[in-house]
Amino acid sequence: MPEEPLVDIQADTADTAPEEAGGASGSPSTSGSPGADTPPVARDLEAALETRTLSVDYDGDTAVSEISLSIPRNRIVAFIGPSGCGKSTFLRCLNRMNDLIPAANVSGEVLFRGKNLYDSDVDPVEVRRRIGMVFQKPNPFPKSIYENVAFGLRVNGYQGDLEERVETSLRAAALWDEVKDRLEDSALGLSGGQQQRLCIARALAVEPEILLMDEPASALDPIATGRIEDLIEDLKQDYTIVIVTHNMQQAARVSDLTAFLYMGELVEFGDTDRLFTNPREQRTEQYITGRFG
Amino acid sequence: MGSGGGGLEAQEDFEPRREARRRLGTAFKWLCFSAVVFGIVALVVLLADVFIDGYRWVDWSFLTSYPSRFPEQAGIRAALLGTLWMMGLVALISFPLGVGAAIYLEEYAPSNWFTRTLQMNISNLAAVPSVVYGILGLAVFVRFMALGQSVLAGALTLSLLILPVTIIAAQEAIRAVPGSLRQASYGIGATKWQTIRHQVLPVALPGILTGTILSLSRAIGETAPVLLVGAVTFIAFDPEGPLDQFTVLPIQIFNWAARPEEQFHAVAAGAILVLLVILLAMNATAIYLRNRYRQEL
Repeated sequence: MPEEPLVDIQADTADTAPEEAGGASGSPSTSGSPGADTPPVARDLEAALETRTLSVDYDGDTAVSEISLSIPRNRIVAFIGPSGCGKSTFLRCLNRMNDLIPAANVSGEVLFRGKNLYDSDVDPVEVRRRIGMVFQKPNPFPKSIYENVAFGLRVNGYQGDLEERVETSLRAAALWDEVKDRLEDSALGLSGGQQQRLCIARALAVEPEILLMDEPASALDPIATGRIEDLIEDLKQDYTIVIVTHNMQQAARVSDLTAFLYMGELVEFGDTDRLFTNPREQRTEQYITGRFG
Repeated sequence: MGSGGGGLEAQEDFEPRREARRRLGTAFKWLCFSAVVFGIVALVVLLADVFIDGYRWVDWSFLTSYPSRFPEQAGIRAALLGTLWMMGLVALISFPLGVGAAIYLEEYAPSNWFTRTLQMNISNLAAVPSVVYGILGLAVFVRFMALGQSVLAGALTLSLLILPVTIIAAQEAIRAVPGSLRQASYGIGATKWQTIRHQVLPVALPGILTGTILSLSRAIGETAPVLLVGAVTFIAFDPEGPLDQFTVLPIQIFNWAARPEEQFHAVAAGAILVLLVILLAMNATAIYLRNRYRQEL
């Protein structure tokens, strides 16, 4: 395995964030969409992740169009928008999961610790360990509960105590008490909500800094959804979380910042409370009041 | 019940002919059923006939004796050992080649005209008559590579013959592994090889094994290509290495069945029974493996 290219660059995230906030003149995309200014909350905070004119097309069909925004550290940022608005595609750019789709073509930059994740010397395998992902449908491996969490540690050459790390991860995902007596049982025997928390534990095990969640509760019942939302809230202490959701109430409940995407464009990005109570853009208002989408 | 309105008030715009439509459906059902019966009955009669002719011959000495001019002393020892040697070698050769090719085509090959041409030709190769593979084996393995009329030459030929089927079966098994599993693996920083090795292959393995065993059971009954490669019809020693001369059960059966003496036909039936038992055992293994791994998932 190559030496981790991302580690050394502690870089100038501290510089870039204020610059972005101070008028955003450096970023070409913001001129076109006034609502996409870096929101006040993000201004004072260190950016965990920043995109610059990030665009994606699938064989020429634009899915995401020149999105520039900054995701502050230890915050929960929600992406909302109607089906097909590009929010999942955008999310998948943030840890280079789109590399796996041959037709997807990404342009622009994603800055993580001051380094563009799409630079040629960046290894996507390392990116995905540092920026973890939880998917829409719970997708545990058809192995034991223990192995589900340990797999990521093994493939990444974890040097510490495997068992201890598995326990810590399961505790962090609020699953330990339910599974501690049956770690060797198949993960497929768990309920949907438990499986999704196992997937979160699996992602946490490899010590990511950012967690991307693609509609993590959409396949779950209300009680399991509630537990996932509580968990997301708790995880904010240690992680930066980007969550894509269909469910506006969910976005309003859990997130600090909300971005509204429509037809691949960033329409509005701001404090969740403000965006839901006093949207600046007409399309945002129409969407959150249920008039389209 | 009146045919016009079916117990309800008749409507002028419709002439339902329900009775006729119903009869047509019933007729079709029985037609399909008779197709099933035809196949099953033909198979049962065939098997029963072979069994009645042959079962008296099958005993320990039949399995352990070499062929003979006298039907009472004739046995299938050489052919049975030849078949076991052959199947062992074919499995060793075709499994890694087939699985390797399937992994490449499913996981690594770019989607372009070359891959598509390759894929199409593999499907076509699966339909090539086995005698053609025999001629190829004779030219390439027996003559060009100078392996002679050996078990190895025969095994290589049969491996080529079943390779397309093995590849396609393995490809289907690999393709059936859900994409969400691959994504999960990549999502925590596994490399492509780690994903294939630890997630894709374990899930695909039962399907791959089933496909391989079923194509092996096709190879075990092949006569034409083995005949061309030079399996000998009379042999009175055990093959002891891959370069020895050999014969296999289908050839032994063919040889006995072609004899004028009635009794040798019964001996042939006995050998067919042994071949069938081996075949059934292989297929049972395939089913067992499939069920066992499916339960674990």
